[in-house]
Amino acid sequence: MRFIPHTDEERKEMIAELGIKGIDELFQDIPEEVRLKKDLNIPGPFSELEVLRKIKSMAAKNKTVDQLVSFLGAGVYDHYIPSAVHHIISRSEFYTAYTPYQPEISQGVLQSIFEFQTMICELTGMDVANASMYDGASAAAEAALMACAATRRNKVLVSKTVHPEYRQVLNTYATAREIEIKELDYNGGVTDLSKLENLLNEEVAAVILQQPNFFGSLEDLRAAADAVHQVKALLVTCADPVALGLITSPGACGADIVVGDGQGLGIHMSYGGPHLGYMACTQKLMRRMPGRIVGETKDSRGNRGFVLTLQAREQHIRREKATSNICSNQALCALAATVYLSLMGRRGLREVAEQCLTKAHYAYEQIINLLGYQPAWSAPFFKEFVIKTPQPPQEINQRLLESGIIGGLDLGRFYPELKNCMLLCVTETRTREEIDRLVALLGGDIK
Amino acid sequence: MNERLIFELSRPGRQGVMPPKNDVPKKDVRSLLPSDMLREDEPQLPEVSELDTVRHYTRLSRMNYGVDVGFYPLGSCTMKYNPKVCEDAANLPGFTRIHPYQPEETVQGALELMYDTQQYLAEITGMDAVSLQPAAGAHGELTGLLIIKAYLKHKGEKRTKVIVPDSAHGTNPATAALTGFKVVEVKSDQRGNVDIEALKEAVDEETAALMLTNPNTLGLFEENIVQIAEIVHNAGGLLYYDGANMNAIMGITSPGNMGFDVVHLNLHKTFSTPHGGGGPGSGPVGVKAELEPFLPSPVVVKENDVYRLDYHRPLSIGKVRSFYASFGVIVKAYTYLISQGGCGLKSVSEHAVLNANYLMHRLAGHLNIPYDRRCMHEFVCNPRGLKEKGVRTLDLAKRMLDYGYHPPTVYFPLIVEEVMMVEPTETESKETLDKFADSVIEILKEAAEDPEKILTAPHDTPVGRLDEVNAARKPVLRYIK
Repeated sequence: MRFIPHTDEERKEMIAELGIKGIDELFQDIPEEVRLKKDLNIPGPFSELEVLRKIKSMAAKNKTVDQLVSFLGAGVYDHYIPSAVHHIISRSEFYTAYTPYQPEISQGVLQSIFEFQTMICELTGMDVANASMYDGASAAAEAALMACAATRRNKVLVSKTVHPEYRQVLNTYATAREIEIKELDYNGGVTDLSKLENLLNEEVAAVILQQPNFFGSLEDLRAAADAVHQVKALLVTCADPVALGLITSPGACGADIVVGDGQGLGIHMSYGGPHLGYMACTQKLMRRMPGRIVGETKDSRGNRGFVLTLQAREQHIRREKATSNICSNQALCALAATVYLSLMGRRGLREVAEQCLTKAHYAYEQIINLLGYQPAWSAPFFKEFVIKTPQPPQEINQRLLESGIIGGLDLGRFYPELKNCMLLCVTETRTREEIDRLVALLGGDIK
Repeated sequence: MNERLIFELSRPGRQGVMPPKNDVPKKDVRSLLPSDMLREDEPQLPEVSELDTVRHYTRLSRMNYGVDVGFYPLGSCTMKYNPKVCEDAANLPGFTRIHPYQPEETVQGALELMYDTQQYLAEITGMDAVSLQPAAGAHGELTGLLIIKAYLKHKGEKRTKVIVPDSAHGTNPATAALTGFKVVEVKSDQRGNVDIEALKEAVDEETAALMLTNPNTLGLFEENIVQIAEIVHNAGGLLYYDGANMNAIMGITSPGNMGFDVVHLNLHKTFSTPHGGGGPGSGPVGVKAELEPFLPSPVVVKENDVYRLDYHRPLSIGKVRSFYASFGVIVKAYTYLISQGGCGLKSVSEHAVLNANYLMHRLAGHLNIPYDRRCMHEFVCNPRGLKEKGVRTLDLAKRMLDYGYHPPTVYFPLIVEEVMMVEPTETESKETLDKFADSVIEILKEAAEDPEKILTAPHDTPVGRLDEVNAARKPVLRYIK
């Protein structure tokens, strides 16, 4: 049988050693009435060749962003992944390891997480970061729970410009804890801060904004932070780490907790996961953070080393009193991000961010000049923008697809009031030629 | 052996990767964004070459221990071999280079793979429907308890308590608390089973669910499972199956057959997807038919040979993560599933149980085995007569590092003192088990004769024993230049 090394002879020896007649006897504690009466109906076993044939035929039924040109973003981005990233995360000393419970033989994972935490702190402008979370959405939900625990309040305000799926996840988590969620309206593509002040009071634990927001627009985080802190609530910001190579960090604007998804940092889109949630916060909130945290220490020989630390917050120690039930993190994805950020460095990340910015604006300028296409608003944006379309986006996207282009997200799907609006994304991987083709197809110049 | 931090390798002006050429007309960023939105403080990322980076992380990898390096009998974690073909499958561009919002017609292969995986996992667990959405085991628990909560609410029942045995994983009570339930602990009996009398006392009309791992964390099958299910169901509660130990029972029994209503699985344990040094994992949840409407949205459905995402689920608990699943992990698990097939999976469980019993038998004369029964896929044990010498289980574990092993889980479950929890898995050969047993016996001998050697272990690892107390007392969580 596959991946089981026992020879018939060894099996016999082991059975004899145990003084039993056969393996069946080892299962005697399982009551007869709960035993399965027939074999599991799962195809196989197949040889490696047969398996690959089957899997490749399934993969071939998907159209990739190499076969099509994609202008989709909305939380998942086609950024370039340098070759070295894959090679490093394919080192099986990393990927076949468990959570580093034995630090003396886990310095590789531990040190890389320490480096990751440092990079996340640098990007977000925060004091401390954890070892990572499942994804951006669940990290945002955990941030809301953390803010409620820290302020002993029970109400969270979230902007409608936060990713709709993040808000759905937040609602799921909030229902469980009977936390009240209230959504903030937007105006001109950004959160309507004029309405925020009326909603803020001593019951509010946190306000959640996204930077750049779901529409790609930049929020005025400083003004939001000032208002939020007036009532001693916390500002939670979901931020795109690629944008943070260029735009002001949430920390510099006064955010208390920063979360987000690091998929853009060297991690494949892979149909939505696995990606990389991250979380960073102020020193003051450090012991409220969920998840694994790595800290520096010394070994018995006096050398620097790294360990999982502040474990008194966690489920395996505190059980029902833990800050969260989270157990694993996304260590391998965090490693990919760490390698990506090392390769890019300070200047490389800024260059990627600048290219996203200029290419997105190049596309935007041309599209809004097309007959029937209009900007939805005039807010400053990073790599995504919203366009009002002359026909339903679904029809436009169908036409684009026939010409090998995946158009933008039909915003009507999440925002009924934006039913003729499309969210387009342009990253550094799109070429001028591809953008020009999109523009020509949208304008009807070519078919 | 020590490796400097990547930041300490940094040299101003060095760069690892050349970004693509910007082929649109260059514009000053200050003409595109308000100046107060541009960052003034540059993030202090390292400036290193590609070779610096590759060498640094390769060296770090050599300071790390994985299943590919050696035996990893970490109880409750199922550290089995992760077949390479699964990695190749997940790395196919047809799976990595697709966006979650692409039109469904362009991702039929991905949807088919998810649909088939849902079916296979339902078959293995004896459940009627499966969601692949949860990102990890604990996340699956969260999803499962939210489903139970929503189901009870829908039925108009107000039940506030979740019962967990004292041998349960820490995530069980933590999840129950996270989902707003009151946690009630029941003790275990002399044979390591849930104490039936204690359970009867704990269960009442307030009981929402019992969370149970079976085989439990002592590696023992709950012999009274039928009676346990009856007690909980008769009181109107539901049974939640923590799938951490599913590797023991595939094709032999199923949670569905045992009477469970909700199940989570750990694909990174039973279905051989690698643990990645702590993640990404995947924790699908299966349910019986009456709970199906409450599964997270969307689920993958098949209609006339076309696959689609079904969002129309008015009773759903909502979403527990963005998009659909840790899809890349699902691809690996699917590859494993069809590599094994139904009969292969049964053989997996048989050999996992054979290996655990064999290793327990080999160590029985040397370590104390607190429960004199056949174990399932793992067993617990503790040292005897070493306390007087000041040698603790932790010290034995550290000495195992010198012998080239990852030690078993230590100090869990909480109900056995100085415990070690050993799970060899089915992918290890008899020679490996024999060699490990010989090493443990040798270490016990050392502990008796030369305890100092054990107390100062490990000796041959890249770093010596690390000061965890000081790390927590004065946390240094990031590098500062």
